[in-house]
Amino acid sequence: MLGLLSTSPSGLEQLWFALITVLWLGYFFLEGFDFGVGVLMPFVSKDDIDRRVTINTIGPVWDGNEVWLITAGGATFAAFPLWYATVFSGFYLALFLLLAALIFRGMAFEMRHRGDAKWAAWWDRAIFWGSALPALLWGVAFADFVHGVPLGANATWTGTFFDLVKPYALVGGLSTLSLFTLHGATYLGLKAEGDVRERAQKIATRLAPVSFIIVFAFLGWTYLTAHVRHEVGLVPPLLPIVGVAVLAAVGWLVRERLEGWAFIGTGVVIVAFFTTLMFNLYPNVLVSSISPSDSLTIVGTASHPYTLEVMSWVALIFTPLVLAYQSWTYWIFKKRVSRPGTAAEPAPTNV
Amino acid sequence: MNTLIGGISTLSLARWQFGITTVFHFLFVPLTIGLGLLVAILQTAFYKTKDPAYDRMTKFFGKLFLVNFAIGVVTGIVQEFQFGMDWSRYSTFVGNIFGAPLAIEGLLAFFMESTFLGIWIFGRGRVSERVHLTSIWLVSLGTILSAAFIVAANSWMQHPVGYSIDPVTHQAVMTNFWSVVTNSTFLLAYGHVLFSAFLTGAVFMLAISAWHLRKGHDFAGFGKAAKIAVVATLITAVGTMFLGDSQAKQMEQQQPMKMAAAEALYNSTNGASFSLLTIGDLSGNPVFQVRVPHILSVLATNTWNGKVDGIHQLQKEATAKYGAGSYVPVIWVLYWTFRIMVGLGILLFVLGAAGLWLMKRRRLEQSKRFLRFASWMVVAPFLANSVGWIFTEIGRQPWVVYGLLKTSRAVTLIAPGYVATSLIGFTAVYTLLAVVEIGLMIRLAKVPTPVLSESDDQAVPELIY
Ligand code: HDD
Ligand code: HEM
Ligand code: HEM
Repeated sequence: MLGLLSTSPSGLEQLWFALITVLWLGYFFLEGFDFGVGVLMPFVSKDDIDRRVTINTIGPVWDGNEVWLITAGGATFAAFPLWYATVFSGFYLALFLLLAALIFRGMAFEMRHRGDAKWAAWWDRAIFWGSALPALLWGVAFADFVHGVPLGANATWTGTFFDLVKPYALVGGLSTLSLFTLHGATYLGLKAEGDVRERAQKIATRLAPVSFIIVFAFLGWTYLTAHVRHEVGLVPPLLPIVGVAVLAAVGWLVRERLEGWAFIGTGVVIVAFFTTLMFNLYPNVLVSSISPSDSLTIVGTASHPYTLEVMSWVALIFTPLVLAYQSWTYWIFKKRVSRPGTAAEPAPTNV
Repeated sequence: MNTLIGGISTLSLARWQFGITTVFHFLFVPLTIGLGLLVAILQTAFYKTKDPAYDRMTKFFGKLFLVNFAIGVVTGIVQEFQFGMDWSRYSTFVGNIFGAPLAIEGLLAFFMESTFLGIWIFGRGRVSERVHLTSIWLVSLGTILSAAFIVAANSWMQHPVGYSIDPVTHQAVMTNFWSVVTNSTFLLAYGHVLFSAFLTGAVFMLAISAWHLRKGHDFAGFGKAAKIAVVATLITAVGTMFLGDSQAKQMEQQQPMKMAAAEALYNSTNGASFSLLTIGDLSGNPVFQVRVPHILSVLATNTWNGKVDGIHQLQKEATAKYGAGSYVPVIWVLYWTFRIMVGLGILLFVLGAAGLWLMKRRRLEQSKRFLRFASWMVVAPFLANSVGWIFTEIGRQPWVVYGLLKTSRAVTLIAPGYVATSLIGFTAVYTLLAVVEIGLMIRLAKVPTPVLSESDDQAVPELIY
């Protein structure tokens, strides 16, 4: 029923689909590297001080990065209530795992340094798993949006948890896991000093080709299946090609130690990757694997124009402000984080 | 498909999950809001006077604030997503209206809180003192704003305004954003929640300062903190009580059943008396009861002989209007939660008043009896906050959106096994968090200040996390 309503979205609805895409891109670009840093922490550090150097590179910004997720979730709720309701209830157990991971990870940053070594070791596990699991699950979820979930008439779920973990989705999950980890490595190359930076550099060199193979496979698969479904018009082949090409370039940039460019590179790949998926999704928001007419569409799930208008004004006024002060924090904390004693400026005291 | 062994339904599991996770979130949230403001005040006092005692207090309470903030953040994310998980039919129904404040909260409040908190934690010594001070004020402003949007959303569920029902999709559709954010229910509830949050922060600061004063630690610092806290306790206790009283009057207009149930008042009465406490059951035939004549009428209507509606009459009206079914919430929960909240409010007012009286006689730091009393009162605001929400939310039953959507029709159509899994999971995770969090708070709260500034970061002073 919902899919059968008029299929071409109004300008306002397109705008909100685009804005939500942008919120997700912002989230994956930003939290992508702090997930990566969390995954890499055990591998780039030899002792507790190294671990603290690693964590401190994302210390002032990780929470602000996570708010992109909260805002993306809230905006989806407001602009496409049925999309929000269907996805969050359908991905029930996956979402529960994700939330549990984010809980432990978020607590860990504030907790790990407030006890002895054994206490810290527990929170370190929380940081690793709490970063790796979401990095994987987000890829699985977005791949599922595109390739479909068992959705019957009137947005009712007919499948189980295991319908969500099909091969395509798993390759999607491995793509995001490897991409975010690589993004974290290039971030550490840019923000850490000393051994941590060196080790991150080494890992990036080795990870780049692996990531390239996985992402190439996934985007290729996405493109070919979209092609079969005659949706090519909405998958400009340019985007996935840019993604894969830049990823190849990242391998070289890392080896040449062009750290700033390497970080921008991994960021571009992430943006290209998710934009490809969202383009592929349009004008649907959640594909039904059972029958195309049961897919949720932008039109079928959107809020009324009045709500979208109010939200557009709020977004127009406040987004620039948020972007300004968030960029400003990155500017304030632009200095590299190093082991104590090697720092150039006077030590700030703890609060 | 909709019940588990023993007839446990998705609905009751989802209700328990929502109740447990929300009350848990709201144990820490009011402290974040209250302490945020107090830390900003302490830091401003230091900035103005350069008295190192204020600096020690800023750092001491700042550390407790941070530990508390973290748990507020991680439990908040669950709140935002479980509407979709457990209440998907609700989410579809209200998204047009309820989603907007939620999204705006993220954009306006959460970004501000988290970004400036980062600057505050890591910026000491890197940004100027002015910028550092401004950042804590912006954090505080962020917490105050975030409460506004979520309470606006909640108030819309208590008293829907500015909407119409779409004839095709049967969704509630927003027609007037301004009415939603100036909802009379919202204005009073926001005031009451904010004052109770500041009260929570003030009592927390007073209790901890009192404990240290009793142990003879840092008289200069904790003496100052205690004085600020006493004044704050008194002002905010009065504010909380005043706004709560206005809410009660409004409730008699907007949700008369809630008021009748809270008083276990079965039949409409003129000049109704207020029941202070009841022994025996609340079915209308108590074993023993203390009643104050006319006070309920005064409380609910501001007149000596005003008419207060009774449960029987209201139930009849409701069936006539909405069809068959029970419209009576669980009476004993409402009766007792309301009395506990009001009782604690009065007790905290007494705490503030006694503190001020001692302060005027310059005996605040010496009065062992008062200091012991103040330390124990630390549990009171947390309890009052929890019962306050339980009262508000249970009192709205069977509705989730008052008069529009019943809770039973809001829940996701999903097998109870899923909800049981996440209910057990969240309860386990939250229990663990509570043990860790409260243990750590107590440990940090007991460390005397001069030692504290170096204690846990001696090894690596440059690294903050
Ligand atoms: C009266 C205040 C109040 C109430 C009733 C609620 N919250 Fe809350 N919430 C806050 C006040 C707050 C806060 C003070 O702003 C917190 C606590 C710690 C923090 O960082 O922000 C917060 C954190 C917080 C976060 C994390 C923000 C971040 O990462 O910075 C989310 C997503 C929510 N909340 C969402 C909710 C939802 C969906 C609620 C409704 C059931 C809810 N909160 C009730
Ligand atoms: C503003 C933040 C909110 C707070 C602090 C809050 C608090 C509470 C509390 C304390 C309870 C009682 C728990 C119990 O014993 O069952 C409750 C129940 C409930 N709340 Fe809220 N609530 C809030 C917002 C909401 C929202 C937005 C919804 C939307 C779905 C909601 C729906 C419910 C439901 C369905 C129950 C179960 C009713 C019951 O168990 O009797 N609440 N809430
Ligand atoms: C004499 C004192 C008090 C009175 C008369 C009072 C009155 C009320 C009333 C009538 C409500 C229900 C509003 C509704 O359902 O629409 C309420 C809710 C609430 N109360 Fe109180 N209250 C008092 C003290 C306190 C104290 C001391 C605290 C906490 C420190 C507190 C925290 C809350 C909270 C968190 C809620 C739920 C949010 C809301 O609906 O506003 N109250 N109060």
